[in-house]
Amino acid sequence: MHVIAPRAGKAVPEGFRRLIAIEDVSKRYADGTVAVDRLSLQIPDHSITVLVGPSGCGKTTTLRMINRMIEPSGGTIRVDGQDIRDRPVNTLRRSMGYVIQNAGLFQHRTILDNIATVPRLLGWSKQRARERAADLMERVGLDPAMARRYPYQLSGGQQQRVGVARALAADPPILLMDEPFSAVDPVVRRGLQEELLRIQSELGKAIVFVTHDMDEAITIGDRIAVLRTGGRLAQFAAPDEILSAPADPFVEEFLGSDRGIRGLSFLSTRDLELDSSLLLPLGSDRRETAERLPEGTSVLVTDTDGKPLGWTEPDDWDGDTKTLEPAGPSFEVGRDSLRVALDRAVLSPTGLAVGVDSSGKVLGVVGQERIAAAIRAARRGRKADAPQDAAAVKAGR
Amino acid sequence: MNGFFHIPSAIQNSYGSLIVLHLEEALLPVLAGLLLALPIGLLCVHYDWLYAPVLWTSTVLYAIPSIAFFVVLIDYTGLSRLTVMIPLCLYSLVVLVPAVVDGVRSVPEETNAAASAMGIGLVRRYFQVQLPIAVPAILAGLRVAVASSISLVSVGALIGNQGAFGNLLTYAQLYRLPRLAVTSVVTTAVLAIVIDALLVLLRRVLTPWQPPSGRAAAGRSGATSGDSPARTAEGAS
Repeated sequence: MHVIAPRAGKAVPEGFRRLIAIEDVSKRYADGTVAVDRLSLQIPDHSITVLVGPSGCGKTTTLRMINRMIEPSGGTIRVDGQDIRDRPVNTLRRSMGYVIQNAGLFQHRTILDNIATVPRLLGWSKQRARERAADLMERVGLDPAMARRYPYQLSGGQQQRVGVARALAADPPILLMDEPFSAVDPVVRRGLQEELLRIQSELGKAIVFVTHDMDEAITIGDRIAVLRTGGRLAQFAAPDEILSAPADPFVEEFLGSDRGIRGLSFLSTRDLELDSSLLLPLGSDRRETAERLPEGTSVLVTDTDGKPLGWTEPDDWDGDTKTLEPAGPSFEVGRDSLRVALDRAVLSPTGLAVGVDSSGKVLGVVGQERIAAAIRAARRGRKADAPQDAAAVKAGR
Repeated sequence: MNGFFHIPSAIQNSYGSLIVLHLEEALLPVLAGLLLALPIGLLCVHYDWLYAPVLWTSTVLYAIPSIAFFVVLIDYTGLSRLTVMIPLCLYSLVVLVPAVVDGVRSVPEETNAAASAMGIGLVRRYFQVQLPIAVPAILAGLRVAVASSISLVSVGALIGNQGAFGNLLTYAQLYRLPRLAVTSVVTTAVLAIVIDALLVLLRRVLTPWQPPSGRAAAGRSGATSGDSPARTAEGAS
């Protein structure tokens, strides 16, 4: 199930700098292997650009060429218009945060001193660096009590949070993330992804994020670069565009068999028509409801606050809330996507998804046919006016 | 144990000053060896191809009997302590260089990558990241080197009065006083044990960052490399 609503992609807005320019970059090794083949990418500021692809597609190589851990064999990489080769390599690297799989923390330093590493390298006083580190611990959701602990005392997810805090310590404009969340379990990974999106909404960095997981790419990416084996760019577009219009069979295959369903993540439930006639608030007359509806129709019983209790047929029901069939999970109208709504409908014992407002109060129910109609309508509307719709879903997150 | 601490005047040292002398002759060479092993280790880690010849050289040096060293060194350093300490220093390299190199090489790849990516230069990374993380391995090597050195000091007796407690063995034979041999052997053993315990303590102090289970593991690896002192004693005498 999708807990996080993925971010709708957007074209680079006017006025944003194109921060990192990868121009015709290749990496060939002495043995003839080509890791990256004439890659060109414009990576904008204030956005998350995801490099995704199967192993051997050169995504990590590309990332490491940005901070010169690997030198390209051809082409140029510019940051803010300046060739990265014109800057001393360690100065360049200190201006880019780097997060790595398994965090790569310094096991011999406390959490606080791990985070303070780059500020210390930049010559900050110990006290100022530690104060900054303490701020960042809070920012990434770490208990301040962990400051004096050592990495071995933290869980994998906590270590990764430290890794993110360490990368952000000197407030670099660029954050490079190399499969940072691949080694933690799915629940922790979702937490970390949410946290990253939250931090990004506050800080607005240019983030380059490498993953082999298309779901992760869709969840966090504003723009996704799909690379194919041999380091060639297959498609570079917003996630919803990649899902709805994969550039070629390779991208289509990489997306898997459910790209249609996944694409629903970008469609809002805001305009979904809900049926409130199938609601039976506790204390209301169930005879009247039974007569009003065709025989055998299920209704949703709600409590006095309007929260869902469960499904029943009003004719048969004795009024005991314990005999109701559980309502199951609901979706929040406007915030959740059509994918969530459809998922709730599929899970529902009656085939009807329960739509609630932000306080959990039931607004109405909706069936799979009506969701399908909404999908078709949304697709038609999107073709006419894609950017607004995407922005609306994003705002609804 | 009557007369255990009584040292014949011919040795020109009291029991206490023999201990000081013995430790000085045993520990200073290992300390010097460690100071040599650190830059050698840096080079071996950075230039992979260097490690094999360095290891080979240190093994050859180790195979040279100390008496052969003395013959050569006496021309330059005379019948001094230095003549004893130089071979001991070279011998310690056979343990310390691999301890440093293997310790540094065992630093996780992502730790090294993270350090480079943060703009930590090669030498700084070696001293501030890799060596601290290699401390358990280095101290395991140091324990072996120190134990072997404490026992090897005795060969200094071969060039006169420079063997500290080793001299007592010569005198035990000369004066047919077996109790001197007992004093020599027992004291040397006790010194080795005490210094070893101090090194274990030092590791604990230097590595508060190690998980308790990691400590046990480091202890075990120390015990395995502890096979080499036997080799040391054979090789050098």
